[in-house]
Amino acid sequence: MSTATLTRPDRARVTSWLQNYGVYLAVVVLLLFNIAFTKNFLSAANFRTQLVQAAPVCIVALGMALVIGTEGIDLSVGSVMSVAAALVPLYLGAGPVMVIVVALIAGVASGLFSGFLVAQLGIQPIIATLALLVGGRGLALVIAHGQLVQLHNPDFLALGTGDVLGVPIMVLVAAVLSVLAGLLVRRTTFGRHLVAVGGNRPAATLAGLPVKRVLIGVYAMSGALAAIAGVLSTARLAASDPNDLGLLMELSAITAVVVGGTPLTGGRVRVLGTVFGALLMQLVHATLIKHNLPDSAAQMVQAAIIVAAVYVARERSTR
Amino acid sequence: MIATTAAPPSERGAAFAAVLQRQGAAVVLVLGVAAAWFAFPRFGSADNLRDLALQSSFLAVIALGMTFVIISGGIDLSVGSVYALGGVLAAYGSRYGLVVAILLPLVVCGLIGFVNGLLIARTKMAPFIVTLASLLFARGLLLALTNEGATTYKVEPGSALLWLGQGKIFGIGVPVYLALVLFGLGGLLLRRTRFGQSVFALGGAEQSALLMGLPVARTKITLYTLSGTLAGFAGVLTAAYLQSGVTVLGVGTELDAISVVVIGGTLLTGGAGTVIGTLVGVLLKTLIQNVINQVGTLDSNYQTVVSGAFLLVVVVIQRLLARSRRS
Repeated sequence: MSTATLTRPDRARVTSWLQNYGVYLAVVVLLLFNIAFTKNFLSAANFRTQLVQAAPVCIVALGMALVIGTEGIDLSVGSVMSVAAALVPLYLGAGPVMVIVVALIAGVASGLFSGFLVAQLGIQPIIATLALLVGGRGLALVIAHGQLVQLHNPDFLALGTGDVLGVPIMVLVAAVLSVLAGLLVRRTTFGRHLVAVGGNRPAATLAGLPVKRVLIGVYAMSGALAAIAGVLSTARLAASDPNDLGLLMELSAITAVVVGGTPLTGGRVRVLGTVFGALLMQLVHATLIKHNLPDSAAQMVQAAIIVAAVYVARERSTR
Repeated sequence: MIATTAAPPSERGAAFAAVLQRQGAAVVLVLGVAAAWFAFPRFGSADNLRDLALQSSFLAVIALGMTFVIISGGIDLSVGSVYALGGVLAAYGSRYGLVVAILLPLVVCGLIGFVNGLLIARTKMAPFIVTLASLLFARGLLLALTNEGATTYKVEPGSALLWLGQGKIFGIGVPVYLALVLFGLGGLLLRRTRFGQSVFALGGAEQSALLMGLPVARTKITLYTLSGTLAGFAGVLTAAYLQSGVTVLGVGTELDAISVVVIGGTLLTGGAGTVIGTLVGVLLKTLIQNVINQVGTLDSNYQTVVSGAFLLVVVVIQRLLARSRRS
């Protein structure tokens, strides 16, 4: 490695630069690589596909980034997605708006529940949300009687496949939510409290910050975002599939967040990094698939990326 | 990491809370078995009890390794994938004889655990993240081996491996004996050896363990290697039982393993726990499944709902007990 020959301050600067901008660099490099070497990559249709596929992970990862910012973790997101999916056919008769409202209620309720366990009872986030991961999908399957239901309501399906001004609705929703999340973190009191709680919880408590409310809030938001992703993915699939929807989503979302430069130790949220983290994972996947490397290889590469990203991020905490 | 502090001897309530925390799962298990015995005539039949024991044994082997890891204050999310990988490797290896069928999965799975331990011990990365990556890696490797899940490797008919999964001694399945032996050895390792003491010390307070001069890095590497190897071995047993390496196995098994360990009274914060508790946790989980099956009219999906709720109740109670002991 060339970094080994650098002096210590140089090395620290390189690492710090990589921590801050590595994910953007990686996305650009991967884009250039694909434009140069991948057939039919440079087309509007392909860009559209990539963005649409990255959208659900991005939406879920935004919530995950907020939770991780408080030094927490939300393992329940995939199951919340499946609950949202299971609810879709039940309320579709009342129209797409009703579906979204019901799914949001379910998502927020799940999040409030996790948040209560974490904030009020002091249970570790990994376990509090693990219970919901296990139980939530079961609940979704109970609601749906374990069935996959084909959906035909065109208004609803438009959520997954439709456009507004040429931009796919899914991408638009992800973009709007990303901007909102960015504003929340940067421009609101809640955002500042969030970062403070994640940075040093005892200090935040002593300073009189509403620690519990912040914790409950971030889990509620994570639940709501997962529910939105669940509804959109269901619309895109044109089927409610509580068995498979959102499986391993917690891993993809955590990966996007970590790769995007948000440290697992909390105290910092990088929203734009998270968005690019989601894009990067999608691009990696697409690159491998388009070059005829199988899904299995994509998974192994994803594993390597996680380790590399965390390894780079690790230096900050030890410095 | 918060280690539960020992209560002053005068406080009887605290002592009671401590007993409840450690033995609560056992009490629930006994009550549950008694209730099931009365409620369902078929429950107490020898066949059903044998099935219960056999079904428990696979998860038990995985959860044993997880117990060690959690007591040390870590977590191993890779065991589900490693378990599935072990099964596929065993089935694949069975064509080259019994030794290969057993050693190939143990070596590969042990190696994955070793790398987990190495990364965690040497780079100070969170166990959660490292083993998350190896969860993906092992699943990817498994898919690559099976042509993206399209090929199913059968255990060679007549292979001696089959006996490990399907054989019976005094009418009870071989995996049950193997699980019990492993738990016996695991208990001794944890309670009677220097390694076991290091595991507890690590979970209690890693800094102190370091200062005391305990081999922290070596202990961690050993722990995760052990966990990977045991998960692989559970895969071997399952492949022998099912006569093939099933690729879809093990999704979410890491969560099952963590929940039975926690239900068994091992603290997720590390520093305290028993292998017997884990065994009780596994039996309790199988009991719940069995009872839901016996009811028959209940949607089988309630199994996971009940498992999730149960895990939650146990954790909440543990938390409240720990609080009452401290105050």
